[in-house]
Amino acid sequence: MVSTAAEPDTEPQKDKDVAFETRPTRSTKIKDSTSYTAFRVFNGIAIILVCAVTLYPFLNIVAESFSGEGYIRAGMVNIIPRGFNLTTFEVVMSDPMFWRNYANTVIYTVVATVIAMILTTTFAYALSKKHLKGRTFFIGVAVFTMFFNGGLIPNYVLINSLGMTNTIWAIVIPNAISIFNLLVMKAFFENFSTELEEAAAIDGLTTYGILWRVVIPLSKAVIATMVLFYAVQFWNSWFQAFLYLDRRELYPVTVYLRNLLAGATGTQDLGGDPGESTQIAANVRAVTMLLTTLPIICLYPFLQKYFVRGIMLGSVKQ
Amino acid sequence: MTAISQTPGQQPTRGTPPAAVLTNPDEDTKKPKRARKKHLYQGTNRTDTWKHHLKKDWRLYSLLILPVVFLLIFRYLPMAGNVIAFRRYRPGSNIFGDEWVGMHYIEMFINDPTFWRVFWNTVILGTLTLAICFPLPIILALMFNELRSNKFKRIAQSISYLPHFMSIVIVAGLVIQLTSINGTVNQIITGLGGDAIPFMGLPEWFRTIYVTSEVWQTVGWGTILYLAALTTIDPQLYEAARIDGANRWKQMWHVTIPGIMPTMVVLLVLNIGTFMAVGFEKVLLLQNNLNRETADVIATYVYRMGISQGQFSYGTAIGLFEALIGLILILSANYAARRMTGTSLW
Repeated sequence: MVSTAAEPDTEPQKDKDVAFETRPTRSTKIKDSTSYTAFRVFNGIAIILVCAVTLYPFLNIVAESFSGEGYIRAGMVNIIPRGFNLTTFEVVMSDPMFWRNYANTVIYTVVATVIAMILTTTFAYALSKKHLKGRTFFIGVAVFTMFFNGGLIPNYVLINSLGMTNTIWAIVIPNAISIFNLLVMKAFFENFSTELEEAAAIDGLTTYGILWRVVIPLSKAVIATMVLFYAVQFWNSWFQAFLYLDRRELYPVTVYLRNLLAGATGTQDLGGDPGESTQIAANVRAVTMLLTTLPIICLYPFLQKYFVRGIMLGSVKQ
Repeated sequence: MTAISQTPGQQPTRGTPPAAVLTNPDEDTKKPKRARKKHLYQGTNRTDTWKHHLKKDWRLYSLLILPVVFLLIFRYLPMAGNVIAFRRYRPGSNIFGDEWVGMHYIEMFINDPTFWRVFWNTVILGTLTLAICFPLPIILALMFNELRSNKFKRIAQSISYLPHFMSIVIVAGLVIQLTSINGTVNQIITGLGGDAIPFMGLPEWFRTIYVTSEVWQTVGWGTILYLAALTTIDPQLYEAARIDGANRWKQMWHVTIPGIMPTMVVLLVLNIGTFMAVGFEKVLLLQNNLNRETADVIATYVYRMGISQGQFSYGTAIGLFEALIGLILILSANYAARRMTGTSLW
């Protein structure tokens, strides 16, 4: 934040001399003026700072996870673990409820992603057909929900009256279609070669056959991206579960973590001095956060390009 | 409302600001052409009836059934369920309420001083978020754009996207951790000779903490669409500008900024649309009894009144009010954007 704010100050400097350099050369390759070089150095440093600020909180929880309670309490832990130990990991990992909830997260994520993919793919495919009468109307029906939604309480009342409370369905169904993902997928299918589909139709495939045997196998890239988007969304979600599940054994791990945080801030709330229990909580909190987010952090470097590609799929296609 | 349902044909480009400008004129020119063709080849309009289309495309329509039923039940039914803002609702009975009570609940919140406090909290928090979280990704994208080393650029971008993929619960946990009495922020303060501040327990710090965490989480990912837009700018424009004597600053001002303008407008309109909704989940996670004075926003108030205290109709009335403001904001922002810049969501 600080570093980005500093950037505009440097910009005006460069324009003074660069003009002399750029004007006469008239080519794409221009030797940099000193002030532009200075700007580039500054820009590079600013970006390194942005990255450092972005990464710091993660390094901090890693350090706290491995640190002794005493050091955290003394405010001595930043990015290097002090009083290295693994006891907190043992404490957290020996809690059966933690594993139970972790397994729930995995189950909810898988089931929800499958449901979401089925609905989104079929919807996007049908909507991508420009000759479909009423297409604009159906797109409108979908897009309107982006800008106006029923709101918290009518949704809550509905889920309750459908008897979905305290079941997996309250978690995996209500957010099954993300309109953004739908539009990205639709854009992708619209750019799909019509010749292939026509050829398949001539060979006697029905719409279902074309979708299942031709379009989907050739859309692996976009499907992988959508699966990732949905999986991350469901893995990270907590509020649905918090709202509709009352039994601890049904919670996903995010709600487990949320209750830890609420407990920790609860003690701070009461103005009590940061006693031992809070400090152990700080340790446990760090480890739980680390374990909850570990799959995403581990997979992220490999999957990152697919996320970006997914966004690009929707944007720079004509 | 009508504006949306009538012209959503251009909606697919919603997440696609750069293409929006490119495709819109296309679509305009296509339509008459298609209509003309139809007359040439089909002669009559008989084939354009619903019956004909249903018969021909029934398989495609069948693919629509599940998703549309889903939207009707889980999106449109709750919209209709907002009627309980004007009806008495008893838990467990009809989701549309039992009897009309007119404007009772509306009057109730208008006369509720707490409502007005959370309303202004929401406006302030929304304004701060918009004012800070909207421009920063643009600046960061321009900074990324100036990097020459592709490897460095790629790594920096990857790092900056990472927070976007974190659960809000994790973000709240990180915030609580960093701002705790022995967390990093207080380590710095005491290191500089100050006194440790119990940030999470002080209402005056809540907005700063919220907006900072929002910046941390969104600024990197927010650059993606701008970077995509930057790649679509024709390099010849820069060359022409250079020949005309534009220095780098002027090139940015006269080529780069206009090039990403459509993206900026579209994202601004979208941001204005979510203005009232402020990050509800994050606020809920970060608020506690001590900072509630500033940390209570409409959405969390609705949650507390409606769900924690079981005043369903009252909560719905407030929620409906908020949703309507959101809708009005996005419609007027879109209208203004179209009038002033010619770019808009629809």
